[in-house]
Amino acid sequence: MGNLDSLQMLGISKSYDGTQALREVDFSAAIGEVHAIVGENGAGKTTLVKILAGALERDAGKILLDGKPVDLSTPLHARRLGIRAVHQEFSLVPHLTVTENILMGQMPTARLKWWVDWPEARRRAEEILQEIGFTGINVRTPVSRLSVSHQQMVEIAKAVAERPRILILDEPSAVLSQEELKRLFALIRTLKVESTLILYISHRLDEVFEVADRITVLKDGELVGTVHSQETKQGQLIKMMVGRTLGEIYPGRHTQPGEEILSVRGLSQEGSFADVSFSLARGEILGLFGLVGSGRTQLARCIFGAEPPTSGEIHLEGKVIRSKSPRDAVKAGIALLTEDRKRDGLVISCPVRDNVILATMEQVSRWGFLDRRQQDAQVRSKVQELDIRPPQVGRLVRTLSGGNQQKVVLAKWLLSQAKVLILDEPTRGVDVATKVEIYHIIGDLADRGIGILFISSELPEILGMSDRALVMREGHLVGEFTRAEASEESLLACASGVIQ
Amino acid sequence: MPSSSSVRQETRVRAFLSAQAGRWFGEEARRRWADYIYMAVFVVLVLIAASASDAFFTPRNISNLFRQIVTNGLISLGMLVVILTAGIDLSVGSIVALSGILAAGLTDQIGLVPAILVGLVAGVLVGVVNGLVVARFKLAPFIVTLATMSAARGAVYVYSEIPQVPSNPAFRAALGGGFIGPVPVAAVIMVTCFPLVWLFLNRTTAGRAIVAIGGNEEAVRLAGINVGRHILLAYMICGFFSGLAGVILASRLGIAQPSVGGGYELDAIAAVVIGGGILGGGGGGAVGTFGGVLILGLIDNLLNLFAVQTYYQQILKGFIIVFSVLARRKEG
Repeated sequence: MGNLDSLQMLGISKSYDGTQALREVDFSAAIGEVHAIVGENGAGKTTLVKILAGALERDAGKILLDGKPVDLSTPLHARRLGIRAVHQEFSLVPHLTVTENILMGQMPTARLKWWVDWPEARRRAEEILQEIGFTGINVRTPVSRLSVSHQQMVEIAKAVAERPRILILDEPSAVLSQEELKRLFALIRTLKVESTLILYISHRLDEVFEVADRITVLKDGELVGTVHSQETKQGQLIKMMVGRTLGEIYPGRHTQPGEEILSVRGLSQEGSFADVSFSLARGEILGLFGLVGSGRTQLARCIFGAEPPTSGEIHLEGKVIRSKSPRDAVKAGIALLTEDRKRDGLVISCPVRDNVILATMEQVSRWGFLDRRQQDAQVRSKVQELDIRPPQVGRLVRTLSGGNQQKVVLAKWLLSQAKVLILDEPTRGVDVATKVEIYHIIGDLADRGIGILFISSELPEILGMSDRALVMREGHLVGEFTRAEASEESLLACASGVIQ
Repeated sequence: MPSSSSVRQETRVRAFLSAQAGRWFGEEARRRWADYIYMAVFVVLVLIAASASDAFFTPRNISNLFRQIVTNGLISLGMLVVILTAGIDLSVGSIVALSGILAAGLTDQIGLVPAILVGLVAGVLVGVVNGLVVARFKLAPFIVTLATMSAARGAVYVYSEIPQVPSNPAFRAALGGGFIGPVPVAAVIMVTCFPLVWLFLNRTTAGRAIVAIGGNEEAVRLAGINVGRHILLAYMICGFFSGLAGVILASRLGIAQPSVGGGYELDAIAAVVIGGGILGGGGGGAVGTFGGVLILGLIDNLLNLFAVQTYYQQILKGFIIVFSVLARRKEG
C-alpha cells in the first residue's frame, strides 16, 4: 500500500484552549483498506477524524486526497468529497422516523417540489437497510423508540447511504451486540471491496485485530506508529498505546467466596426477563454475560428497585427485601453502577464532591445541614484511593475523562458501603490503562467481602474477572459456568443459542 | 492581531482573580468567578452612569431602589430554586396577588400576624399543588404552573369581589412602610433571604439534592434520593417567597389589587438567567441571582431618573438578558 495512500494528512495540529490535542500528526491511508486508529482516551483519535470529517477545523497542516490539497472546513465540504462519519455522539433526530433520518437532506419529492413522496422515501430507506444487511428495523418507527444499538445501525445506514469514499466509524461497536457487530464487519468487508477507505476507531483491541488491515497508534496527540495487524501482537500494540507494559490485566483472586449474601428467586419482569434465580456470595465476583437485549440490564435495575419486577423474591443476607425504589435498595446495602454513566450515573454539571457524596449525604449531615469538613474528608479519601485525576473535589465532573468519571461513580458506591455491588458494563468507554485499574479496584472490593455482580458484553473481561459466570439469553438464565469451565467459545455459544 | 496584548492583559487579570477566588473560596468559586466578573463590570458601569444624575446617590433614591427590588428579589429567589430542579414556575404573579389580598383583607378580622401567616400559607399551598402535580404525575412544570397561574388568579377575583382592598394601617406600617433608620424593613427582609437561600442550596442535603436533580434527575433517583419530595419542596419554597413578596407588596402599596403581579414571573426568570441560571437545570445560584435582581432594578431606577419611558426599559431588559447569556458562554 505504502505509496498508494490516497488520503494523506500532513503535519496536522490542533489545540483546544491551550491543550494540544494533536501535534504535527502525519497520517495516511489507502482506499480499499480498513485502517484502525487506536490509543487511550485523550490520545487525539476523535480529534483527528473530526478534522477529516470537517467537524473541527485544524490549526495547521494540510490534507491531500489523491495528491491534491482539499478544503475540509465544514462537514458539507467533506460530504461533497465523499467523506462520511459516524461520530460517537448520535446525530439522529429522535422524534423523526428511521426513514427521515436515513434520508435526511435528500428526501425524495413528488412532482411538486415541496411535497414529500413518502412511499418512495420509505422504499428507499428499506432498500438501504436491506442492502447493508441491517434488517429488522421498521422504517416508520421514530428513532427515539429504537434501542441504542438499532439507533447506531440507523446512524451507520445514514452514513453509508451515500456510498462514501471514506467512511469514518468512531467507536461504532460500543453499543452493538455481538450479532450486530458481525453484520457491521460483513458490511465493512463489502465496502472495502467496493473501494472505500474505512477508518475504524475502537477501544476493543480484539475487534481491531479482526477487522483492520493496518493500525495506527496515537498517544498524547502524537502518532506513535502504523503497523500491519497481521504482523503485530496485542501486547505490542498495548505497549505502543500506553508507552509501558501493563502489569497483570486482571487481579489475582486471593479469597474464597464466603456465605451467601444475595439470593434472587424466580424474579420476572414482563417483557424483559422471566424466572431468574441465582445466588451471590460474600466476596464473590459473579459474571453475567449476555448480548444486548438479553434482559441483563433490566434484571440489574429490578434487583436495585429502579424498576418493579412482576414476580419473584430477592433475599439479602437471608431476609426478603422489597425494594420499591432505589432508596430502599441503597438503604439495604445494594448499589448499582449503571451502564450509561452520563445518562443516569452522574450529575455532570455538579462537582466531584457532590457526585461522590450523593448517595450518603445523610451520613455527613446533621439536621439537614452538611458537615463540609467531614464530607470533603470522605470524598478526598475516595478520590485518593481510586486515584481520580485531577484530584480536586471541586472540579466539575463534565471536565473529567471517561475513565475518571467512571471512578467517580465507583467512589460514590464505595462510600455507601454497599454489601452487594451490581456493575453494569463498568468499563464501557474507558481507556485501557483505566480499565486495568478498575479491574483491580473491583478485585479489592471482592477481597473486602463485597458481593459483586459483574455484567458485561465483553467476553475477555467476564472470563478474566469472574469466579463464576452466568449467561443470559432472551430473558432467561441459560447457563452457569465455573471459572474452569468458562471459555470464550462456551459462553458465546450459550449466549447466542447455539447448541453445543 | 492589534488587540492581542490587551487581550492577554485581560486574560492575565482574569487568571489572577480566579486564582485568588480559588484560594479564598475553593475550586467552585474559581469556576464561577467568570460568571460574576461581567456582572461586577456591569454594576460598575451602571453606577458610573448613575453618577451623571445628582438624584441617584441620594439616600432617598437608594432606599427607593431597594424597596423597588424587594418584590422581584424575593420572587427570583423562589424561581431560582425551582429552575435549579429544571423546572419553572409561572404562577408566582398570581400567588403575589393571592397572598397580598388575603393578608390585607384579613388583618381587620383576625389580626396582623395571623393574616400575614395566612397569606404565606396560601403561597406555600399553591406551591404544594404545583410540586405534587409535577412530581407525582410527571407533567411539564410549564403546563402545571400555567394552570395554577390561571386558577389562582381566578380565585383572587372570586375572593375579592371588589377591585381593590385597602389595607389596614397597622398592616401597612409593619412591612412595606416600615423603616429601620433609613433602611426599609422590606429591603432588610429581602436581603437577609439571599444568604439564607445560599446556605440552603450549598450547605444542606436537600439543597444539594435540588441542585443535582436539575443536572440529572435519574442519577439522583438511582443514588437513593427521593426526587419527588425534593421537587415538591422546591415549589413550596417558590410559593413561600412569592407569598412573602405579595404580602410585602400589598403592605407597601397600601391597597391589595387582584390584578397585581401580572408578568412578574418574567422578571424573576430574567433575574435568575442573568445571574447564571440555566433553564433546564444545571446552573444558577443565589449570588448570581442577587446580581441579576440588582442589575434589573438599577436599570429601572436609572431610566426612571432620566424619565425614559417604561417601554424603552423593557427593550433594554431584553438586550441585557441576551447579552448576559452570551457573555457567559464566551467565558466557558
